[in-house]
Amino acid sequence: MASPTVELKLTAKDFKSDQEVRWCPGCGDYSILAAMQRFMPELGIPRENIVFVSGIGCSSRFPYYMNTYGMHSIHGRAPAIATGLSVSRPDLSVWVVTGDGDALSIGGNHLIHALRRNVNLKILLFNNRIYGLTKGQYSPTSELGKITKSTPAGSADSPFNPISLALGAEATFVGRTIDSDAKHLQSVMRAAAEHQGSAFVEIYQNCNIFNDGAFELIKDAGTRDDHLIRLEQGQPVTFGAEGRFAVTHPAGGFGLKVEEGGEAIVHDATVEDPAYAFALSRLSGSDLGTTPIGVFRNVRRPSYDELITKQQVDAKAQADGTAEQMLDNLLNKADTWTIM
Amino acid sequence: MSAGAKRVEQLDRVVIRFAGDSGDGMQLTGDRFTSETAQLGNDISTLPNFPAEIRAPAGTLPGVSSFQVHFADYDILTPGDSPNVLVAMNPAALKANLSDLPAGADIIVNTDEFTKRNLAKVGYPASPLDDGSLSEYAVHPVALTSMTVGALAELGVAKKDAERAKNMFALGLLSWMYSRPFESTLRFLESKFAKRPDLVAANKAAFQAGWNFGETTEDFAVRYEVKPARMKPGTYRNITGNQALALGLVAACVRSKLPLFLGAYPITPASDILHELSKHKKFGITTMQAEDEIAAIGAALGASYGGSLGVTTTSGPGVALKGETISLAIALELPLVIVDVQRAGPSTGMPTKTEQADLNMALYGRHGEAPLAVIAPKSPSDCFHAAIEAARIALKYRTPVILLSDNYVANGSEPWLLPSTDELPDISVEFTREANGDDGRFLPYLRDPETMARPWAIPGTPGLEHRIGGLEKADKTGDISYDPANHEHMVRTRAARVEAIEVPDVEVEDADENARVLVLGWGSTYGPIGAACRALRQRGLPIAQAHLRHMAPLPANLGEVLAAYDKVVIPEMNLGQLAHVIRAKYLVDAVPFNQVSGLPFTAATLESMLEDVVKNG
Repeated sequence: MASPTVELKLTAKDFKSDQEVRWCPGCGDYSILAAMQRFMPELGIPRENIVFVSGIGCSSRFPYYMNTYGMHSIHGRAPAIATGLSVSRPDLSVWVVTGDGDALSIGGNHLIHALRRNVNLKILLFNNRIYGLTKGQYSPTSELGKITKSTPAGSADSPFNPISLALGAEATFVGRTIDSDAKHLQSVMRAAAEHQGSAFVEIYQNCNIFNDGAFELIKDAGTRDDHLIRLEQGQPVTFGAEGRFAVTHPAGGFGLKVEEGGEAIVHDATVEDPAYAFALSRLSGSDLGTTPIGVFRNVRRPSYDELITKQQVDAKAQADGTAEQMLDNLLNKADTWTIM
Repeated sequence: MSAGAKRVEQLDRVVIRFAGDSGDGMQLTGDRFTSETAQLGNDISTLPNFPAEIRAPAGTLPGVSSFQVHFADYDILTPGDSPNVLVAMNPAALKANLSDLPAGADIIVNTDEFTKRNLAKVGYPASPLDDGSLSEYAVHPVALTSMTVGALAELGVAKKDAERAKNMFALGLLSWMYSRPFESTLRFLESKFAKRPDLVAANKAAFQAGWNFGETTEDFAVRYEVKPARMKPGTYRNITGNQALALGLVAACVRSKLPLFLGAYPITPASDILHELSKHKKFGITTMQAEDEIAAIGAALGASYGGSLGVTTTSGPGVALKGETISLAIALELPLVIVDVQRAGPSTGMPTKTEQADLNMALYGRHGEAPLAVIAPKSPSDCFHAAIEAARIALKYRTPVILLSDNYVANGSEPWLLPSTDELPDISVEFTREANGDDGRFLPYLRDPETMARPWAIPGTPGLEHRIGGLEKADKTGDISYDPANHEHMVRTRAARVEAIEVPDVEVEDADENARVLVLGWGSTYGPIGAACRALRQRGLPIAQAHLRHMAPLPANLGEVLAAYDKVVIPEMNLGQLAHVIRAKYLVDAVPFNQVSGLPFTAATLESMLEDVVKNG
């Protein structure tokens, strides 16, 4: 299933297309693009075997700027289109770039079905909690009460938690990272790329025009340490100055809690039961008060591509003759009669 | 089972309708009778008619399911207007179908079901078998259920299973009446109930009991024969439109030498194509039952982008949902086949009834100027060739193609002269593997001067990495472009390249070459229009028939054909959608003739309409 990996001397420059990048100056998408272009050579996959498929929205312009194969498709449908591509071409490395409106509103159905099928896609959701390309309406991740052009009295919609949603859809790999932290972003990309099956990565991304500073609490050097929880495999989940806050599992409780000085749980993304990762995902709400980033869940189950490929291989092993002979047999496989 | 000593009469054609409750197995009974009839070499045409409900309340009018089979010793075109024989398994089946019968028709009724309760369910105050209301028909009362149960008494099957075998009793009786060979039915029962030997025995015994009843009872004094039809030499099978369409797609996969990817969402009456194709993975066919209609076409388009023959199959409501993705495929200029098995709309409409009302949607139902190719099969077996033709156009011209089947051809059946596979067209195309620009650059929208198709360079091809998308593209380079002159050029180019698709000329059937009236049809109306024209010509009334298979682009000679007649009549199962196209494009004062009952035209309806036009202008 894996794409061919060979010794390639590619650099970030090789992944830059000749197209002028047209995001607003200061947009968080620039740093994500740069981080991706720097990370891509690590994959060891020839450029021609990499495809970026996107939907509609600011983030969905992404494929135009990557010097790989790419398709900028229609609103919300990238996971469906990428599914057909991935399952029919298991030799390719297929990446989906989407946004909060694209993936969670108009394309919500395709996202959850790609995840439950475990299609071998790397799905990057740029979450800026706003509709940018249509100039500033609230999105399905905007906080309740958000005042926007379309909600002058405040939004009455409760937002999705994208990580909880992906876990509810049985995603096998779920991660979260931040546009401004290139190192962390690349570490999550690396883990996602190594994953066989659907890898879902939420990237907090700043829209400096319509929702500036949305993630400032966990970005600003003065506040982030008390609010940002870095998940690391095999490490106790603590944060704050000298790890003064711990994520704990209170006896008899279903969920996880943040306590000052409690006994921290040790992070293990490979726990089969999604309840653990789900409990982690519930630590963060719209206010970002305690926000885990990193890999929440990373488990293995057969991908859709593997299962379908196996059916194909098994069926082709039954082939009894040339395609034309088999077609001839198929057409004649019925009650036939002959007129002389 | 010997032939017996009864009088044998020769007939040239017979129409039988099997009718009963949805659970009575009428579709299967009709199907088996058809298969036996095919073995004999008669020409055949069939028409199933069933409710959308899987099991409507037993014994009610909405629950009636029927199967009509027309067979003859000559070439026929339709399943027949009115049955010569009705098999009515209960009062509802009798009541629902009686008005279609001509005087003198045979009616075989299952008297066991004519109980007070069942009669009341359909509003019969007294049994029509006793009150003289059926005096103009030849009624044959047969206690089908109790005789079946009696015949199976010694086999020890459960009463319910015994009762369920009554359709095989009816089939045995009809098979005897019309001297059908029954070996294929016995084989069929053995394979269908392979895991239940008791049911094989029960159904065979029921069939035999029905046959023997025909042979011994005095009620059936005559046995009929219909000689084989004079058909073109070759090997035939009976086939429905959906089966033929699925096999046509398999053939397209083989003859394009490409993997075929079908994305589909279950919908009546198209699901059988998905079922059939899912069995044929060894040809390199992948089928995906998607989460919705949009995902189904999206996945197919994604597969096309990757170098497969992408196909999606659906009915009208599904095409409506797929519209945006079809437009994307038009902008991307990738091959894609969209099969619309039309049913009566709007909205859910009548899912198991036929209509041709999606023509406007196929031609125009997208945002922007979004032209594509549209083709429509004329009969069940023609679905095979139409599927290959759709794939040919899609691949050669890199365009989505809509194939407009409908419920009438999809579920109807006819004998099919099996083609030899090496006679099927080679529809293979080459992927682009080398840069096409002067400076070694790849230009994804540089066109082939002959077909106007752009290069199909699939992911995995080194050096041709490029990006495509729904935003308007600059000519040749495919880069994003908002340039006014470029958009004008691209819109006109997309229209011109569909217009430039080569399609065969439309042919005119005008036996005496003196007709002044032309009847123009498209798609599934070929049979009834053809039958009506034959009938008129036999009566000395000249009429010309032309039938369209390519709806977009239209055949190059169509304007000339239309201009050669004083009058053009266009019968359609919609409110005049082709007529609008013809009037607008050719300024011909075409006369629409429309029926939207959910049922196909009868030949008689068209014959009387056309007779009036021929005689009175």
